Amino acid sequence: MKILVVDDERDIQTLFEQRFRKEIRDKSLEFVFAFSGEEALTYLQQNEHEMVIILSDINMPGMSGLELLRHIKQIYQNPPPIVMMITAYGDAENFDTAKKYGADDFLTKPVDFNLLKEKFKQ
Amino acid sequence: MFKLIVDFFIPAQPDKSAEYQRRVRLVAYAIVVTMVFALFYVTTSWVAGYFTGLYIMLGSWIGYLILLFLLKQGLDVFKVANIFGLIGIISIYGSIYFSGGFESPVLPWLASTPIVLLLIAGKKSGYFWAFVAVLIVLNFGLMDYLGFQFPKQYYESKEDYFTLSCQTGLVLIIFFISIVFENLRVKAFNEVTQQKNALETTLSELKATQKQLIQSEKMASLGELTAGIAHEIQNPLNFVNNFSEVNTELIDEMQLELDQGNLIEAKAISNDIKENEQKITHHGKRADAIVKGMLQHSRISNGQKESTDINALAGEYLRLAYHGLRAKDKLFNATLITEFDDSIGNINIIPQDIGRVILNLITNAFYAVNEKNASTLRQAQSNPSSATPKYEPTVTVSTISSKSPSGDLGVKISVKDNGPGIPAKVLDKIFQPFFTTKPTGEGTGLGLSMSYEIVTKVHGGELKVETKEGDGSEFTIILPV
Repeated sequence: MKILVVDDERDIQTLFEQRFRKEIRDKSLEFVFAFSGEEALTYLQQNEHEMVIILSDINMPGMSGLELLRHIKQIYQNPPPIVMMITAYGDAENFDTAKKYGADDFLTKPVDFNLLKEKFKQ
Repeated sequence: MFKLIVDFFIPAQPDKSAEYQRRVRLVAYAIVVTMVFALFYVTTSWVAGYFTGLYIMLGSWIGYLILLFLLKQGLDVFKVANIFGLIGIISIYGSIYFSGGFESPVLPWLASTPIVLLLIAGKKSGYFWAFVAVLIVLNFGLMDYLGFQFPKQYYESKEDYFTLSCQTGLVLIIFFISIVFENLRVKAFNEVTQQKNALETTLSELKATQKQLIQSEKMASLGELTAGIAHEIQNPLNFVNNFSEVNTELIDEMQLELDQGNLIEAKAISNDIKENEQKITHHGKRADAIVKGMLQHSRISNGQKESTDINALAGEYLRLAYHGLRAKDKLFNATLITEFDDSIGNINIIPQDIGRVILNLITNAFYAVNEKNASTLRQAQSNPSSATPKYEPTVTVSTISSKSPSGDLGVKISVKDNGPGIPAKVLDKIFQPFFTTKPTGEGTGLGLSMSYEIVTKVHGGELKVETKEGDGSEFTIILPV
């Protein structure tokens, strides 16, 4: 299962790779990282239909996570990738906008990795 | 009674100054007092058998009455006062002439005109009438010296009575007019004192309000930052938590490998742990710096210059302002460009003050690009057929080593936006306190004026703006090193 993680914090890659090192080692999960919304869109264009899950931060310079979500849901409809939004502020407005744009899940930072593992399994 | 009569002759001249109105009242008082004394003099003359004096006084009395009505009609108070002086001096001259000339008991009355005119019409009139009075005395003296025989028309038997009445009358008239003058002077002085006190109270209230405003401006900008600060602290904290959790797991794994004797694998894991520890330290320091910066921002400036990394300071505030705005306005978006000159190193500034200036300029830049973005969108919506050029909001923060205003080595910090620019008609007002183009309640109008103070007065630098309507603005801070 391939997962695209979008976040402007570069250390997120090290973190995910270590947190999911067992899964990565036994190839049950595969991670790709993008450090901006624009980068994520470019990657998706080049590797269509590969992604199953997209995990995106909302607060990023340039294209925000919400915009990225809107683009993804508009462009890729068959099959639609699962998009999970992550934000530092668990406010209602972000949540509502994310839902409106068709987010499949909404997580607040700090991310509970055990919960995330459960979600991936499902 | 007396006051009622005077009030009757005071014209309503609300457009005239308080000093002019005071003088009108003074002149009216002087004329009315003189008229009362003229009547006494008429009686005295009659008793003393000095009928020429009686007619002169009656004539001047009517003259004074006409003058009062002219005053009421709005004739200039200085003209009224000097006509009053003229009537007075002519009637006194006549009275002296027909009552024995140089030896007349009326002669000392010549003193009254310059004194009264000095009080009611000011110094110039006083000098003039003193000169005239002295001339008349000299004239009488000269005529007497040359042997001229003046008529002496009052009864010889009433000479003592007449002299006594004249001298007493003179003392009293000068005294009464002086009293009126003194009363009005005290009244005017009290009014001025009251106004001064009221002004002082207003001034101290204003100063207190200004202080509060400055503090609330600081707090408002801190409020704008809060969301940004939350984001900026949350992220490093998450890393600290996550990496330390990962390390606990890694240590368990490493122990397992050690138990199994896989030294190479254990060593590889220990390298990961070390790397993670470094990340924990890095992110911990990041959060630490942000909290310190926030405290510094709200702290009242102690005015101490400190060696400061200006690039780090600018970068910090740029991120805070950006995340703060993004947290408030989800749709806000801008491209941030930083061009930092690494050769600058540390410079001596008051970091919280310059930080506030940079924050203010950045916040303004974001506001400007956001405004232009909104208007571009509106244009596109109202006129979908025409191709509106795509607008990319961009804010550039740059630093560069440069000459300071005094010609020494300095540093230039520039905040540039591609917003709507500043209209020429407000450009010269932007550094004025309380000037704002934002809707009421959104801007205090103090940001740029305080920034200007901080840069020019506190740091001896320059704050300049270059702007082109429709293209954007660039604010440049130039500081001496």
